[in-house]
Amino acid sequence: MEVPAVRGVSLEIKRGEFVALMGASGSGKSTLMNILGCLDRPTTGHYVLDGADVSGLDRDRLADIRNRKIGFVFQNFNLLPRTSARENVELPLVYSAQHLTNAQLRERADRVLASVGLGGREDHHPSQLSGGQQQRVAIARALINDPEVVLADEPTGNLDSRTSVEIMGIFQQLNERGITIVMVTHEQDIAGYARRNVVMRDGILLSDKAVTQRAVAEAELSKRT
Amino acid sequence: MRVGSTFNVAFRALRRNKMRSVLTALGIIIGVGAVIAMVGIGNGAKAQVEAQIASLGQNVILIFSGSTTASGIRTGWGGAGTLKIEDAEAIRREIPGVVAVSEEVRSITQVAAGNQNWSTQVLGESAEYFDIRQWPLADGAPFTPQDVRSANKVCVVGRTTATQIYGNENPVGQILRIKNVPFVITGVLTPKGLSPQGVDQDDIVIMPYTSAMKRVVGGTTLRGMNVQIGDATEMSAAQQQIIALLRQRHNIRPGRDDDFTVRTQQEIAETATAASKVMTLLLGAIAGVSLVVGGIGIMNIMLVSVTERTREIGVRMAVGAHGSDILTQFLIEAVTLSSVGGVIGIICGIGASKILSAYAHWPTLISMSSIAIAFLFAAAVGIFFGFYPARKAAALDPIEALRYE
Repeated sequence: MEVPAVRGVSLEIKRGEFVALMGASGSGKSTLMNILGCLDRPTTGHYVLDGADVSGLDRDRLADIRNRKIGFVFQNFNLLPRTSARENVELPLVYSAQHLTNAQLRERADRVLASVGLGGREDHHPSQLSGGQQQRVAIARALINDPEVVLADEPTGNLDSRTSVEIMGIFQQLNERGITIVMVTHEQDIAGYARRNVVMRDGILLSDKAVTQRAVAEAELSKRT
Repeated sequence: MRVGSTFNVAFRALRRNKMRSVLTALGIIIGVGAVIAMVGIGNGAKAQVEAQIASLGQNVILIFSGSTTASGIRTGWGGAGTLKIEDAEAIRREIPGVVAVSEEVRSITQVAAGNQNWSTQVLGESAEYFDIRQWPLADGAPFTPQDVRSANKVCVVGRTTATQIYGNENPVGQILRIKNVPFVITGVLTPKGLSPQGVDQDDIVIMPYTSAMKRVVGGTTLRGMNVQIGDATEMSAAQQQIIALLRQRHNIRPGRDDDFTVRTQQEIAETATAASKVMTLLLGAIAGVSLVVGGIGIMNIMLVSVTERTREIGVRMAVGAHGSDILTQFLIEAVTLSSVGGVIGIICGIGASKILSAYAHWPTLISMSSIAIAFLFAAAVGIFFGFYPARKAAALDPIEALRYE
């Protein structure tokens, strides 16, 4: 018997939004994220990304879409071990259709690393970086292809609270620059940094509302120091 | 489409695990090195045998007297004395294409000079023998057809015999007593070394067969004949005609066995090289097994690597790698290991056979074809044993790969 993890979810996320997707484990939010990330295809129904229906595409077409339009940030960072921060960030470009020289790859990776505050750490391996720094490398990797949307799966799950706020600060900056962000979290205070909170339970949407009292990471950080 | 960057990715992955890469390649290095060295030894042995067979002379047909049974005692080949001098003359006269015939008798005899003596093989031949066997003299002159006709007491000696009797003295012109008959030494043969059977070919005294029959061996029959044919294409025809002629001359009824044996140098070469061919094959096969074991080593490491790097594969797929990119990457890793191992193995194999030649005095012969085959085989091993792990990696589901602990 098939057990649908997500049923009858109808959700529209506009360009430039910052959505926090919440829910207990088993609520279907991971499945929804996999569909949003073009890692999985809906059994029925449609997923329209950037004006194009992607629900019927094959593995390789989905991979191309992930490469061009989606940036992933994971709870456990998922950086390649024994590989420099720069090479980790370059990874999506290796599989991109555009042909860049090694110098161009390097230049772009260094620029994005600097934009997440990791200038000067390009040659460090993940094991030489703190958790927060590793997550910044992962964010830089997500941004290198100028994606339509950044999908973050519990990005602060493995970080202490101060580092979590720093990461939220980066997300808020990116969002200010017009990048769409969808973030899964089960922490209420982390969800408070988003503009819109969507709560799921048992595969359906429980609530969907705008954040009224939005937390600002910068203010929060200056308060703590 | 993006093979270039996939190469980069594969090389980086190999460099990340230097020790493992080196150890994996070591299996192939040993395998290829063993194949190169073993086949080199086998081919070297074969080449040596072939060179020795060629020293029998060009286009030579050897005829041996057959064995007969007298009072229940069977003699060996050449012992029966079924061939007569007239047979040799008939062959000279009647077989087309015959260039030279040398009647042959032989015996092991004690030879002496001064206070030295030595047991050696005494060979009676005609004057053409040195041409047929392409065996020039190092010093002095061979005996002449006149010596053969007159059964003169002259002989030439091999290097070993000369050294044993005369030491460093020049034996040419000296007197050698054979069965107490004094023979004048007219020349010394150039050294030939060991025969394929390991007999010292230079431990010999060669004299006119007439002299040998009269004064050394005794009897009136020949042990055999060396017949040289002018043209290689006439060899088998001549062989058939000789058999027919000798059967007719010996009154052998159809259906009865020959009382002689006719062999071409080609047949002898085939028999002699057969053993070294088997050896080459055997050595190569044993070495090939180690190459296959090396290949299994690659597969093993690649499988471990795929499992260990499941998350990496998941990340690569998440950021846009196609299954084919992953497949190519792992295949390149496997083929790189095997072909780099192959190249190093070839170098090691060549080195090993050079060392064997230098210290164990084994002849080795490394052909370009064995190098090419070993390299291609190593690369094929990489593809073959790398494909399964690579396909396994490519078939991973990115969601599960990312979640893999």
